[in-house]
Amino acid sequence: MSRLVRISDDALARACGADAVAAAFEQAGATVERTSSYGMLWMEPLVDLDGEGYSFVQPEDVVAVLDGSSDKHIGAIADQPFLKRQTRLTFARAGKTRPLSLEDYAATRGWEGLQRARAIGPETVVQELTASGLRGRGGAGFPAGIKWDTVRKAAGTRKYIVCNADEGDSATFADRMMMEGDPFQLIEGMAIAAVAVGAQKGYIYVRSEYPDAIRKLRAAIPLAAPLIAPFEVEVRVGAGAYVCGEETSLLNSLEGKRGEVRAKPPLPALEGLFGCPTVVNNVLTLAAAAHILREGGAAEYAALGMGRSKGTMPIQIAGNVKRGGLYEAPFGLTLRELVHDIGGGTDSGRPVKAVQVGGPLGAYLHPDQFDIPFDYEAYAAADALIGHAGITVFDDSADMGAMARFAMEFCAAESCGKCTPCRLGSTRGVEVIDRIHAGGRALDALEQTPQMHNMPKQGRSREDEIALLTDLCETMRDASLCALGGFTPYPVMSALKHWPEDFG
Amino acid sequence: MTKAERIASICAAHAGREGPMLPILHDIQAEFGCVDEASEALVAAELNLTRAEVHGVVSFYHDFTPAADPRPVVQICRAEACKARGVEALIDRARSAAGDRVKLKTVYCLGLCSAGPAARVGDRLHAWLDEDGLAQVIEQA
Ligand SMILES: Cc1cc2nc3c(=O)[nH]c(=O)nc-3n(C[C@H](O)[C@H](O)[C@H](O)COP(=O)(O)O)c2cc1C
Ligand code: SF4
Ligand code: FES
Repeated sequence: MSRLVRISDDALARACGADAVAAAFEQAGATVERTSSYGMLWMEPLVDLDGEGYSFVQPEDVVAVLDGSSDKHIGAIADQPFLKRQTRLTFARAGKTRPLSLEDYAATRGWEGLQRARAIGPETVVQELTASGLRGRGGAGFPAGIKWDTVRKAAGTRKYIVCNADEGDSATFADRMMMEGDPFQLIEGMAIAAVAVGAQKGYIYVRSEYPDAIRKLRAAIPLAAPLIAPFEVEVRVGAGAYVCGEETSLLNSLEGKRGEVRAKPPLPALEGLFGCPTVVNNVLTLAAAAHILREGGAAEYAALGMGRSKGTMPIQIAGNVKRGGLYEAPFGLTLRELVHDIGGGTDSGRPVKAVQVGGPLGAYLHPDQFDIPFDYEAYAAADALIGHAGITVFDDSADMGAMARFAMEFCAAESCGKCTPCRLGSTRGVEVIDRIHAGGRALDALEQTPQMHNMPKQGRSREDEIALLTDLCETMRDASLCALGGFTPYPVMSALKHWPEDFG
Repeated sequence: MTKAERIASICAAHAGREGPMLPILHDIQAEFGCVDEASEALVAAELNLTRAEVHGVVSFYHDFTPAADPRPVVQICRAEACKARGVEALIDRARSAAGDRVKLKTVYCLGLCSAGPAARVGDRLHAWLDEDGLAQVIEQA
């Protein structure tokens, strides 16, 4: 009898050669099933043979894996410490099901949430979502139930569900893994949102950097269409603009306009896509709604986590780390546990210097701060940000002055241009950081003319430039229209605060 | 088929959509390798917009380019997680491997952030790149 081999078709596994490995197994007479990824990404391509795992398999290992002599054997997959300690709710199917199999989906409690939502009606759906404590996973952490209730109560017969799949933050890939690995759960979550608010049409706005996710969704939607009708879902592809992850910029982009941020109010919940009431939620928020709406799902979710951060968070461990991957756990883990116990420290084996949490707009945290628990409020209190829960580990070779400069450079490259503190401040920020490195600057020709007698008589010192940067960051933080300009100061100022020696 | 006819048929294919601009521009970029001034004018006429409006949209997004470039493109991620894994040290060698033959494009994140440095050629992704690995990707592009 032919042996059954399971290999992920996740984009990262494919980048590591999973397709060639799958082909080699088929050639050796095995039956290959392509599944989602377990999220133990440092092991990909990970081969699952009767529950036993083989890591980093290449085509030349296939014979040894099949005859049991391979030294890439890691033991039973279910016993891997990285997996065992997780609480997988949103990623319960990861590694176990075939992404485009309706059969696998239904066999793992798929569509239960949607059926129940239809039975209990909009008001109860929103009540349960609120009771679960689910907060938006896209970054801002806004309570999902309140957003849905606002759209539910909004006047208007035409309403939309928009899934934000722009996932532009460095160190984040959970949305990608959800779309590639469990697309039906996302579609089910959107259909539940549609039931709750009375929407007819949904859009998934996916960044163009994710070709695999786009392909999977486009294959999944027609399969799911009869099950979610009359609600309809369509995929739209972004065009390489980070700022289009901001919800109002995203709506403009969907409408076919420049992705400029809109001033709020009006809230998208009341005047969103084409001026109609619109739910805009992150991929993970919508996917979580699917299991929360199952019988008992809301109570299960609300029982986990800490403080006002309820449930689980799919944390993405990335950068210079030994065991990088997807780690879903209740809120409350410390950074130390995440970086050292779970992530295994740096991949280079050198000491950890800094960790950035929350993508390009998140603060750099110093090892002295590693006791901070994973909790929206605890991070906010430390001038930091959970964001989309990506964490990037840096070893002691990192130049934090260069990272601060990059934060400003990134903001300048991606600014939508609508407001001055961000559009101009980011470029000025790069220049000021360069001058801090240069130790200040001398008076220029104009400043030395007699007419400029009110000027200071000396040029600027390094301290003057640091004061200028601090001032600029405060202005950007307080006067920017959206979080791109408003949060870029956090990585900059945290780097300056903890590693001043890296600024020349 | 002339370019005008081809663009008219792309616009027609998306006519039933709400907000068809981006899908149309993506198709034009894919087919002609750019969205040039002539295409902007044709799209404007089809969608009953001004050329300025269409140009505003085209110029906003990194994915649309004003002129076609016949060279193969290699996208290299230079965002934080790939920097933490050393992508900056690979750039000089990548530039010399590319020479004038290959166009190198910086992107910010390909979603492979635990396995960087990462690169993309067409729809193929590459992870765990070192100096030789990236140079090889570029040479084979
Ligand atoms: C510059 C910027 C980029 C953003 N990028 C994303 C993104 O890629 N994905 C996302 O879900 N939210 C992103 N957000 C947050 C969205 O504006 C919005 O809060 C979110 O989509 C709401 O969904 P949620 O409540 O489910 O989190 C971004 C915000 C800003 C300011
Ligand atoms: S902060 Fe930047 S990205 Fe946000 S609205 Fe202002 S210019 Fe646009
Ligand atoms: S940061 Fe390079 S792939 Fe995400």
